[in-house]
Amino acid sequence: MVLRLHKLTIPSLVAVAGLLLTAAPALALSAGGEASPTEATKVAAPGSLFDAIMFYVVALVTVVSALGVCISKNVVRMAVWLFCTLGCVGLLYFLLAATFVGAIQFIVYVGGTLVLLIFGVMLTSKSPWARYETHPVELSAALVVCVGLFSTLCLVFSSMRWPVVQWETEGTAVRDIGVALLTRYLVPFEAAAVLLFIVMVGAAHLARQEKK
Amino acid sequence: MSQFSVPWKPRSEVRYGFLSRVIIAIAAAIYAIFKPVVSRFPGLVAWAVLILSCLLVWAHAVIFDYVDETILRAAADQDITRPVIQFGSPSTWGYAPSTIEPLLAGAGMGSGFASLCKYALWPLQFIIVRDLIILAALFALFGLVPAYAIWWERKVAGRIQSRTGPMRVGGWHGWAQSLADGLKLVLKEDLVPDEADKPLFRVAPYLALIPAALAFVALPFGVGWVFRELDVALVFILAMLGIEVVGVIVGGWASNNKWSVYGAMREACQMVAYEIPMGMALLVPIVCAGTLSLREIGEMQSGGWFSWLAFSNPFAFIAFVSYVIASLASVKRAPFDLPESESELVAGFHTEYSGYRWGIFFLAEYAAMFVVGALASVLFLGGWNSPLPSSWAASWGDGWIARIAEGILFGGPLWFIAKAFGFVYLQMWLRWTLPRIRIDQVLYACVQVLLPLTMLLLIGTALWVWALESSGFAVFSSIVSVILGLIGLVFAFGFLGIAGYGFYNQRRLVGRLNTDLLSGS
Repeated sequence: MVLRLHKLTIPSLVAVAGLLLTAAPALALSAGGEASPTEATKVAAPGSLFDAIMFYVVALVTVVSALGVCISKNVVRMAVWLFCTLGCVGLLYFLLAATFVGAIQFIVYVGGTLVLLIFGVMLTSKSPWARYETHPVELSAALVVCVGLFSTLCLVFSSMRWPVVQWETEGTAVRDIGVALLTRYLVPFEAAAVLLFIVMVGAAHLARQEKK
Repeated sequence: MSQFSVPWKPRSEVRYGFLSRVIIAIAAAIYAIFKPVVSRFPGLVAWAVLILSCLLVWAHAVIFDYVDETILRAAADQDITRPVIQFGSPSTWGYAPSTIEPLLAGAGMGSGFASLCKYALWPLQFIIVRDLIILAALFALFGLVPAYAIWWERKVAGRIQSRTGPMRVGGWHGWAQSLADGLKLVLKEDLVPDEADKPLFRVAPYLALIPAALAFVALPFGVGWVFRELDVALVFILAMLGIEVVGVIVGGWASNNKWSVYGAMREACQMVAYEIPMGMALLVPIVCAGTLSLREIGEMQSGGWFSWLAFSNPFAFIAFVSYVIASLASVKRAPFDLPESESELVAGFHTEYSGYRWGIFFLAEYAAMFVVGALASVLFLGGWNSPLPSSWAASWGDGWIARIAEGILFGGPLWFIAKAFGFVYLQMWLRWTLPRIRIDQVLYACVQVLLPLTMLLLIGTALWVWALESSGFAVFSSIVSVILGLIGLVFAFGFLGIAGYGFYNQRRLVGRLNTDLLSGS
């Protein structure tokens, strides 16, 4: 019996990242203590009924397709489910009026990463219909992680009061992001660029055929 | 029992689902109704439909404007409050028809007419109703553009090859050929190979179609003629063009056919490679304009031919050419049509597709061609502005005739669509005149030529825009842009001239006949 834990690496990383991301506003609120929740919640959310319906529909599709990624046995089908998940996350950004993040989600994750993923699967898969059977041990380990994550999230959601912010309909978010990247966050931005450059050179070196 | 035996089990019956039956019934009914008219006055019908659809769109714009002015603004001025209902969160049903009637009468509408119009205009005060109307128009355009681009492509191919192309259906130069083809495609059997990954095979065409349709949502057809004005419209449209490839790859893979998989892999390879130079080339006009919003970029170029961004500096001019090349690759048109190269891969990624699903792939491809052309026209060639500077129209006043003349002469959705179709036309010329290149040549052209070139162009433009701060360089820059504009004019007239020459000499043979070269002739 081989416990193929490597299959759980990416889901668990995603889970931890998601946990941190969802808990981050709560942590920031408790640490800062500046924004008093009563003052914040006074501002009525302008989200209409239609927005709410759209949110629940898109969220449902996101969850169902994310489950599809976990449940399906075929790699390409997983990729198609993942396409659906990432696309719906992009739609959620659009519903939040974060158009830049949404568009970047589409162009980077859906249009770039996912295409590379499918491309890699197509090039490397040994048989066209390779199926990935999940071992019961893996299943139970995944179950433990999922239940833990779900209960943590429920705890966080029930115990925190979400600050409601006024929607900013005007403003040039893209310009602000660009200016911030090239002034305040220049060093991390350049560090990421150098890292990506190293990755590119390394990939080119590995892919290059040695001349004899 | 036929005289041929096939290694697979023949299908016993052809079954149409419920939806297919409905579609067939509707199509047959439309055919039965319109056949007598269309067969009698074909050319007249074609022109009438074109003009009527333009008028319909304009009428809607005018009505929306009227509702804004006479109902919404007047009601706000008179402090009429909307009845609020509690429905989870506070919602409103807008102004009631009884409130609308006096407003209409106050704006000079007859009382009898106002009592009729109050019910018709009531829904138009809701954004979602307008959105649905505009979406219907966008989807109609989305369906019409590929249909007519396909018919046109066949005509262009015919002319280039000394044929006539489709001539029969609809009478006047076979203008209804695409409608007949569409009917045929819908009626064909929906074949799914037995060994294919069936759900993915069925879903793949839609994965290609939906992004292509979504790209239309952010396209600005004119000032105020855009469905959703995104501040990141360019990134959004590029993302949609990039996503379209997923449908092709999944379709090719799910067909479980060697040719399809080869086609899909070539598509993935080519697409991932060419997205980078395409985006880089598009960044050049962005650097010149300083914004990602297509509306602002379009408004910047309203000063006539010489203010178009392609002529703003030499780098932008070259970037325009590199964008056209990269965009050909990204919509898999010749000479980059390797994913479906019929001489080696049967039909590439859509080898196994037929009927309706095959048609959807082509709908997506031609829509993407239009979108790519539209992007080129917004970012480089003035968008919806005509070559005449719009300041000339300032003295014309604000009357109805002046406004209509402005919309036709100085810019508007018609110019935008015409420019985008100009690019589609260019893509067709290239397809029927250039041979297909090999996959290694495709990748060489991208990674070793276009990519470094567009990077240099980007740096060059950034330096040029930075240098514009000094007034001396600004004068130099305006002289350069006039020279580039003149070069562009020469190219434009050359384009028209070659087209006209071809049109007037369409019945002449290009060279000697092959039989003349045979010995003994």
